[in-house]
Amino acid sequence: MTATAPAPAAAAPQEQHRVSVVSWKVPITFGVFTVLLAVIYAFAPRDGETTFRLAVGTDFFALPDLVLPAQATAWATIVVMALATGASVGMTLMRRKTPLWLVIIYTVAVLVGFLAWAAAGGTVPMVGLLGGALGLAVPIIFGALGGVIGERVGVVNIAIEGQLLAGAFSAAVVSSITGVPIAGMVAAMVAGMLVALVLSVFAITYYVNQVIVGVVLNVLVIGVTSFLFSQVLAPNTALLNSPTRFQTLPIPLLGDIPLIGPIFFRQTLVVYIMYIAVFLVWWGMFRTKWGLRLRAVGEHPQAADTVGIKVAATRYSNMLLAGAIAGIGGSFFTLVSVPAFNREMTAGAGFIALAAVIFGKWDPIRATLAALLFGFASNLQGILGVIGSPVPSQFMLMLPYLVTIFAVAGLVGRSRPPAASGIPYEKQ
Amino acid sequence: MSTAKSPETELPPPSADDPHAPRGVDRWQSAWRNVVTGNALISVLSVLLAIIAGSIMIAFTDEQVQEAAGYFFSRPSDTFEAIWNAVWGAYTALFQGAVYNFQADSFAAAIRPLTQSLNFATPLIVAGLGVGLAFRAGMFNIGGQGQMLMAAAAAGWVGFSLDSPWPIQMIIAVLAGLAAGAVWGGIVGVLKAKTGAHEVIVTIMLNYVAFYLLSYMLSTPGLLQAPGSSNPKTPPMDPGAIFPEILGPRFNLHLGFILSLAAVAFVWWLLNRSSMGFRFRAVGENPAAARVAGINVGGVYITVMAIAGALVGLAGVDQVLGTTTSGFSVGIDAGIGFDAITVALLGRSTPLGILAAGILFGAFKAGGFAMQASEGVPVEIVLVVQSLIVLFIAAPPLVRAIFRLPQPGQPTRKERKAKRARAAAGADTGTTTKGVDQ
Repeated sequence: MTATAPAPAAAAPQEQHRVSVVSWKVPITFGVFTVLLAVIYAFAPRDGETTFRLAVGTDFFALPDLVLPAQATAWATIVVMALATGASVGMTLMRRKTPLWLVIIYTVAVLVGFLAWAAAGGTVPMVGLLGGALGLAVPIIFGALGGVIGERVGVVNIAIEGQLLAGAFSAAVVSSITGVPIAGMVAAMVAGMLVALVLSVFAITYYVNQVIVGVVLNVLVIGVTSFLFSQVLAPNTALLNSPTRFQTLPIPLLGDIPLIGPIFFRQTLVVYIMYIAVFLVWWGMFRTKWGLRLRAVGEHPQAADTVGIKVAATRYSNMLLAGAIAGIGGSFFTLVSVPAFNREMTAGAGFIALAAVIFGKWDPIRATLAALLFGFASNLQGILGVIGSPVPSQFMLMLPYLVTIFAVAGLVGRSRPPAASGIPYEKQ
Repeated sequence: MSTAKSPETELPPPSADDPHAPRGVDRWQSAWRNVVTGNALISVLSVLLAIIAGSIMIAFTDEQVQEAAGYFFSRPSDTFEAIWNAVWGAYTALFQGAVYNFQADSFAAAIRPLTQSLNFATPLIVAGLGVGLAFRAGMFNIGGQGQMLMAAAAAGWVGFSLDSPWPIQMIIAVLAGLAAGAVWGGIVGVLKAKTGAHEVIVTIMLNYVAFYLLSYMLSTPGLLQAPGSSNPKTPPMDPGAIFPEILGPRFNLHLGFILSLAAVAFVWWLLNRSSMGFRFRAVGENPAAARVAGINVGGVYITVMAIAGALVGLAGVDQVLGTTTSGFSVGIDAGIGFDAITVALLGRSTPLGILAAGILFGAFKAGGFAMQASEGVPVEIVLVVQSLIVLFIAAPPLVRAIFRLPQPGQPTRKERKAKRARAAAGADTGTTTKGVDQ
C-alpha cells in the first residue's frame, strides 16, 4: 500500500494543467441539419395532420392515437433543434463537450419532425416502425458483436458478411432436413465458427494480412454457397431449402405492455437470444477476467504474453466465439425473415455490421445502437413508401447511409481501434 | 581453366556451422532449395491446390458421379470415370472459353476466347490499380462500386447527349468519367483528412449512396432515362463516343484495353519514379513517421483517393463505352468494384502484379461463362477457385507444409544430421550442445 500512496498526489497537479481540445464538429453538424430541414419544410410545406398510432389490439390498455398537425409540428421541432444547436455552441465556447443527452434530444426532434412532415395526412404505425426496425437490425447486431469481439482480441474481421451468409445457408439446409429450427441455428453457429477458424488459421498461425483473408473469405463463401445453391439446393427445394422457421414467442405480461411490449417482447427466440448476447458480451468484456485478458491481447499482446496469457490461444478461442455469434445472426435470415435461402441473400449486411463496429467505437452497446440506427432508417423508408412521401424513394433509401457518413464525420470523428487490431503476433 | 574456381578457394574454408555459407558440393541442392522456397513455385502450387479444391466440388455435385457412386462397391471404376469426365470436361471448357478453342476452324476463331478474356480483364485491371494504389498509401478502398457507378453515369450522360464527332465525344466522355470517379473517391479522402472519418465506413456508405443516386437518375426522365421509355435504363451510346474495336470487328477487344495498359504504366511511374508516389508509400508505411518527416498526410489521403477513384472510374467508363454500349442500367458495375480488391491483393498492389492478376481473373471470368454454358457447371466455381488462389498465395508456409517443402531458413536434412552428430560428439567430450550451436 505504501508504494501506491503517492500516486494520487502526483496526479493532482497534472489535472490542473490538462488542455481541453475544443471540437466544433457537433455544433456544426447540428447547425447543418437544422438549416437543411428548415429549408425543406419551408419550400415543401405539407397540409393536414399526422397520426401516430401507438397501440396494437392486445395491450393491457390502449394508448390513444397521437394526432399532430404536420407543418406546425415540423416547425416546433425546428425550434427545439435550433435551441439544442445554440446550447451546443454555448457549451463548446465554454470548452465543454456536448453531452450525449443533448444529442439524443436533437435526434428525437429530427425524427419526430421529419415523420410528421413526411407522413402528413397519413398514419404512422409506431409499433410496426420500431418493431420492424428491430427485426432488420438483428443480424447486423449479431454481426457487429462478433466484429467487436474479434477486433478487441486483435483480429480484424472483414469476413462478417461471409459468416452471416454461411450461417444463413447451413441454417436453411439443416432446418429443412431436421424440421427443428434450433438445430438450424446450431448449424449456423458451426458454420460461422468454421469461417472464423479459417480466418484464424491464416491470420494467427500464418501471419497473413487479416484484411486480405477477410475479403477473400467473403468471396469464397459467396462462391461456395452460390455454387451449392444452384447445383444442390435449387433442384431439391422441398428437401433442402424449405426450412422450418421460428414462431413468434410472446413473453407473457411483458408482451402486453403498451408500445414497448409488442416491439420488444413479441419477437422470435433469436431476438431474445440477441438481448442476452448483447448484455453478456458487454458484461464479459468489461467486468470479467475473460474480458480483461481479451482486451489485453488486443491492445498489447507482448505485455499479455509476458504475464503468461497465451496470445494465440486467446485469439483462437475468441474468434471462434465471435464466429458462432455472427452465425446466429446469419440464421435470422433463413429462420425468421425469409422462407428460403437464396444467392448472396445477406446483401451487404455484414459490411453494415462492420461499419457499426467502427461507428460504435469497438464497444458492444454502442455498436448495437449503431446497428439499430441502420435498422430504423431502412425500415423508415419502407413505411414511408407505403404511406406515400414527397421524397423520391431512392433518396429515402439513401438516407441511412448519408446519415452514417455525417455521423462518422461529425459526431464520431477520429476513432481509435484496439492498438494491436490487425497486427499478427509473432512470439519471440 | 584453373582460375574458374579460384575465387572460392582463396576464401577461408566455410565454417560448417554457418548455414548460409556456399558449399561447392551442395550447389545443386541449394539451387533446388531456392526454387522450392521461391515465390514462383508457391504461386504455381497455389493455383494447383485451388484447382484441386474446385475439382472436388465439381465431382461431388455432378449428377453422373452421384449416380455412379450409388453402386460404388459393385463397380468403383464407373465412379472414377464419371469424376474424370466431370472434372476434365469442366476444365477443358474453361480453358477453351478463356484461352484457345481447339475446335474452331480458323486461327482467328480459335484465338477469339483469348481476346474475350482480355476484354473481361480490362476493367478488372484499372479497378485493381485503383484499389492497389490506395492500399499502398494505407487506405482500404472498398468503394469501387460507387466510384464505377458515378463514373459510368457521367461518361454515359456525355456519351448519349453530347452531339460531337467521334474522337471528341469519346475523349470528353472518358474525361467526365474520370472526373466523376475522382470526385467520388476524393470525398473519402477529404473526410478522412479533415474529420478522421474511417475510410472503410465512408466507402461502404458511398457505394449505397451512388447506387440509389444512379437508380434515381435512371428512373427520372430528363436525366439518364431513355426518352419515351419507362424502364430504368439509358439510351444507347452515340457512335461518336464508343471505344473502337482495336483488332477489327471480328473481336470485341476495344480501346479500353490499351487505356488499361497505359494506366498500368502510369501507376508504375507514379509509385516508383515520382516524388508524389514516394510520399504515398511513406504514408502507407507509417503515417506518423511521414508526418514527422514533413509530408502533408491529409493531402496525400485526398490525392491518392482522387487518383484511385479516377482509376476505378475508368473501369466504369470501360463498361459503358466499350462493353455495354446499348444503354446501361444500375447493375453496370457487375461486381467489378469488389473483384478489384481480390485482383489488387493477388497482384500484391504492384502495377505489374495487378496487370497479371487482372488478366488471370479475366480469363477465369470468360472461361467460367463458357463452362457454365457447355458443361452446366455454375460459374460461381470460378469465385471459389479465385479466392482459394489468393488465400494460398498469401500463406506460403501453408503451401510448403501441404507439399512438405522445406521452409526457408530451416536447416536442410544434411545440416540437421551434421548437427545431431556434433551434438552426440559434444555430449561425449562433455560440452553442452547449446555451447556448440552458438
